[in-house]
Amino acid sequence: MIKRADEAQAQVKRATRAAYGETLVHLAQEGLPVVAVDADLTGSTTTKKLADAGFEDRLFNCGIAEQNMIDVAAGLSITGHIAFTGSFAVFGTGRAYDQIRNTVCYSNLNVKIAPTHAGISVGPDGGSHQMLEDISLMRGLPNMRVLVPADYAAAASALRLAAQTPGPVYVRMGRASVPAVYADDVELEIGRAYVLREGKDVTIFACGVEVDQALQAAETLAEQGIDAEVVDVFSIKPLDEDTILASLAKTGCAVVAEEHSVYGGLGSAIAELVCEYKPTPLEFIGMKDRFGKSGEYLELMDYFKMDAAAIVEAVKRVIAR
Amino acid sequence: MTELEQRATQMRKDIVAMIAKAGSGHPGGSLSSVEIMTALYFGGVMNYDPANPDDPNRDRFILAKGHAAPVLYTTLAHAGYFAREELMTLRQLGSRLQGHPDSNLLNGVEVSTGSLGQGLSIAAGAASGLKLNNSPATVFTLLGDGECEEGQVWEAAMYAAHYKLDNLVAIVDRNGLQIDGKTEEVCNPSDLCEKFAAFGWDVHTVDGHDIDALIDLLKQTKASHDAKPQVIIAKTVKGKGVSFMENQASWHGKAPNDEQTKAALEELDAQ
Repeated sequence: MIKRADEAQAQVKRATRAAYGETLVHLAQEGLPVVAVDADLTGSTTTKKLADAGFEDRLFNCGIAEQNMIDVAAGLSITGHIAFTGSFAVFGTGRAYDQIRNTVCYSNLNVKIAPTHAGISVGPDGGSHQMLEDISLMRGLPNMRVLVPADYAAAASALRLAAQTPGPVYVRMGRASVPAVYADDVELEIGRAYVLREGKDVTIFACGVEVDQALQAAETLAEQGIDAEVVDVFSIKPLDEDTILASLAKTGCAVVAEEHSVYGGLGSAIAELVCEYKPTPLEFIGMKDRFGKSGEYLELMDYFKMDAAAIVEAVKRVIAR
Repeated sequence: MTELEQRATQMRKDIVAMIAKAGSGHPGGSLSSVEIMTALYFGGVMNYDPANPDDPNRDRFILAKGHAAPVLYTTLAHAGYFAREELMTLRQLGSRLQGHPDSNLLNGVEVSTGSLGQGLSIAAGAASGLKLNNSPATVFTLLGDGECEEGQVWEAAMYAAHYKLDNLVAIVDRNGLQIDGKTEEVCNPSDLCEKFAAFGWDVHTVDGHDIDALIDLLKQTKASHDAKPQVIIAKTVKGKGVSFMENQASWHGKAPNDEQTKAALEELDAQ
């Protein structure tokens, strides 16, 4: 059984990005040849902590040049280093997509695409900085694995997995502080989804910050007599088909919640799976073909109908179908 | 004719023959860089061993202008990485010789290239990695002059100077032509020497078909440790060695037909 945060731990809110620099320091101290390549955002991504811990020579700041950042990481990887790249998700994937595709993935290099500030939880910076298409971009690439951690502990685990797994790995991290879902020393696995709450009436599949929203929604639904199962799809690629199909065999319908466009992300991945093996009614929580806007994280989750209340409504719709 | 000049001529014949057999490919920019590759691999410049392709202290070569794959494949075959007969599988289904280099298929190809503008960044990253490893190895990369229109080249130029990568040698195949015509007319990259110098590089120029001069300059730049990256602007002729291809942008990316192939090989035989 996977280790969950206890009640006291769950009160501690931390951002997934806070795990980045700290985990890199741990990995370097353990003797792994990790390096970080960033683009003038070493404080925001927290990769600067690597230099602060005495590994100055392992941090390469490219300045505001994300394309160069990805390919410098590629060069570092072919000389034996495990290269983590930074920047914000909008630039660290979108600005450098061709570099990730044609060099990192096509050559199958040991480069980790691990940007922060994904999704609308970026908040006030607005639509230009709220990356909502990155899972779609990364999921479509051969050789790439896609991990979306739900909290600080899951992010630390994802970064460790990325370092231990040869080849490209995408780790999606966010800016906002979110409640702990897992115990701090949790060890997750690539290719796994985790049933966090068992239920029989409906499944809520979620990733990233939506995991906490899904757990809140399940509490509300329980008060209304609806027994929801909550599954954290930590690994979007490879997808844990067995866990997902087993849950659907039990509940018969699902809501998929992600802080991402409803096109091409987790919802699409699950739709592809169920269409092939067992067509099942699904509802999708996510951005509906539009850009974000400025606002505070939780205000935006409410405004764009991506919060626990929206999940509750979607559950009722899908059960009624 | 010296032994290296004979080698260069044989490599040109291999390039023409393999592209003709494939029915497609890029002869112009492959033929323009034959002497550069000859100097690097057969002029005592690069340290490499086909029997030990993963030697951590080998010098690295990265073909930034990945469409010139035929010249790289020919060089690697002549260097002993694989049999020359395999050159005739270029671009065929199942071949290790993809249209653009695939590092997962072939020893000696350090990284897959083909999307222009990325090679200098990869080379700079490798130079950083070698410095971190305290390796004495040098990274060489060959860019096209049209490729220098990619903005990323200048991101990499800035990075390499900032990190004082004096174990990095970039060579620009300055043949003056790109697919749509003369570089000066398509979107003028103007004086590449001034541009690289302004970014903080040591800049050298050379006749890119003078093997002896190339060897001297490549050895000099490899030995240089003045905290600056080195760039060689090599003046070349696109399609060099096959008169009807020389200085013709139209021969950037097409294969000769049977008659043209026969004429090209006869002309090279006569050299």
